[in-house]
Amino acid sequence: MSGYIEGVLALMGINILLALSVYAILMTDQCSVGNAGFMAIGAYTSAYLTVKMGLPLLPALVIGAALASLIGLLIGIPALRLKGLYLVIATLGFGEMVRTFFLNFEPTGGASGFRGPMGTTLFLIYAWVVGFIVVFWLLDRSRLGRSFDAVRDDPEAASTMGLDVIWHKVWAFGFGAFIAGIAGGLYAHYMFYIESGNFSFLLSTMILLYVLLGGMQTFWGAVIGAAIFSILPEVLRFIHEWRLSFYGAVLVAMMIFRPSGIITRQMVRDLGERLDKLFQTART
Amino acid sequence: MLTIKNVSKNFGGLKALQDVNIHLEPNKIYGLIGPNGAGKTTLFNLITALLPVSGGAIQFLEKELTGLRPHEIARLGIARTYQNIRLFPSMTVLENVLVAQNIHTQSGVGSIFKVQRSDKKFLEEAEAMLKHMGLWPKRKEKSTSLAYGEQRRLEIARALALQPKLLLLDEPAAGMNEAESAELLERIQEIRNSGKTVFLIEHDMSVVMGICDYISVLNFGKLIAQGTPGEIQTNGAVIEAYLGREEG
Repeated sequence: MSGYIEGVLALMGINILLALSVYAILMTDQCSVGNAGFMAIGAYTSAYLTVKMGLPLLPALVIGAALASLIGLLIGIPALRLKGLYLVIATLGFGEMVRTFFLNFEPTGGASGFRGPMGTTLFLIYAWVVGFIVVFWLLDRSRLGRSFDAVRDDPEAASTMGLDVIWHKVWAFGFGAFIAGIAGGLYAHYMFYIESGNFSFLLSTMILLYVLLGGMQTFWGAVIGAAIFSILPEVLRFIHEWRLSFYGAVLVAMMIFRPSGIITRQMVRDLGERLDKLFQTART
Repeated sequence: MLTIKNVSKNFGGLKALQDVNIHLEPNKIYGLIGPNGAGKTTLFNLITALLPVSGGAIQFLEKELTGLRPHEIARLGIARTYQNIRLFPSMTVLENVLVAQNIHTQSGVGSIFKVQRSDKKFLEEAEAMLKHMGLWPKRKEKSTSLAYGEQRRLEIARALALQPKLLLLDEPAAGMNEAESAELLERIQEIRNSGKTVFLIEHDMSVVMGICDYISVLNFGKLIAQGTPGEIQTNGAVIEAYLGREEG
């Protein structure tokens, strides 16, 4: 595989993880535009652990993600009292706060960035991608997954059905932060060098865009959306400077013609039923 | 089983409920009637903790409900339906019932491995519930694609899936035609006969008179009368609230 294709695939895998991290939070009807912040915590923590403390990559990744998750919860619990636009603004503020923290935090390089983390392979990235897809797939079929759906559909009605809405929202927030932390760790050890500018508000917005365009009804939307919009810039190299304008146009067109995103829940269901039938006829 | 003691609710300067006292005994059908804006739904929202009380106390099975959160109250055995139907729109008819059954399982992170399809006992229960409400043939349809009357019945089925001791129904017959509402009343009586207490809001007097054992009447946030349907029908204050004062 050429280095170029490998690079595209690696960033695609990381983008899929980031999209899933946003989806996990959206799953309970909360919108976060601060996931680049969780990503940064995972990236800097794991990089510091491998480079300065000599820890192997895997435990460093998990510790970084756990820290992102923990900070996500600490910030999240008060923030989860906010709804809609207020939560968006709070998470935006959080993301920028983390970015400026690392811009000024000397132990991890401050403004000159942090050099040295390495070891991420394509296999490692996609092992995590597959792992999280399995988790979401299990969640989709489980009682817990249905509870999340109820909380998203109508939190008040869900609460009078015996579901602890806050518990579900906090758990989703922590889980989303964890995935973003893993993505950050993988990113740092793939790029060999990170700086706070890598984790800007623009990145958070792009991730949210992947999920919006891919579809918010099922996690497959996040996966497919991130995959398509990671490859698209490579295919669209010839329009170079117009790329972002093109994205904007695609977004507007999608909102008009297919507001539910590329993948809908019904599509996944229909496909599942068709596969079931296929297996049944194959068996008989 | 449910005691509402001197309960008040203020919205800013508006007194939505003032010193309401209602006591429910097990295994009966109670009615709560009153003109629009009398505070009926507000009372249900206080019982289920969707709104905090401004004064007074509510006890259920000797337990103080003040300070509990809505899901805790549901877990104690109080289920409800809504005046403006609130089904889960992303789910099918069957899933709406299945999700309510989650109340019977420990919903920890570990439950991610419990695939719903394999829970035979719950599926059978849900099937019985939907058949009873005449919705089983439509189990795979989106809940929002049902006709209005069917949505109301599904909401009741979903509430029953919690296996509550007390069922609060907020205008269950609203929007139904006569045949539908007659059948619904029969179902409500069956629910009572199965050992549950029913507390229902209705503003159409004729609907409640037939099935309620006991009726409370609210007007402008105050309880103006309580009694059997016979007593309520001849109560002067109630007639005045509904029909207005006679001139002369």
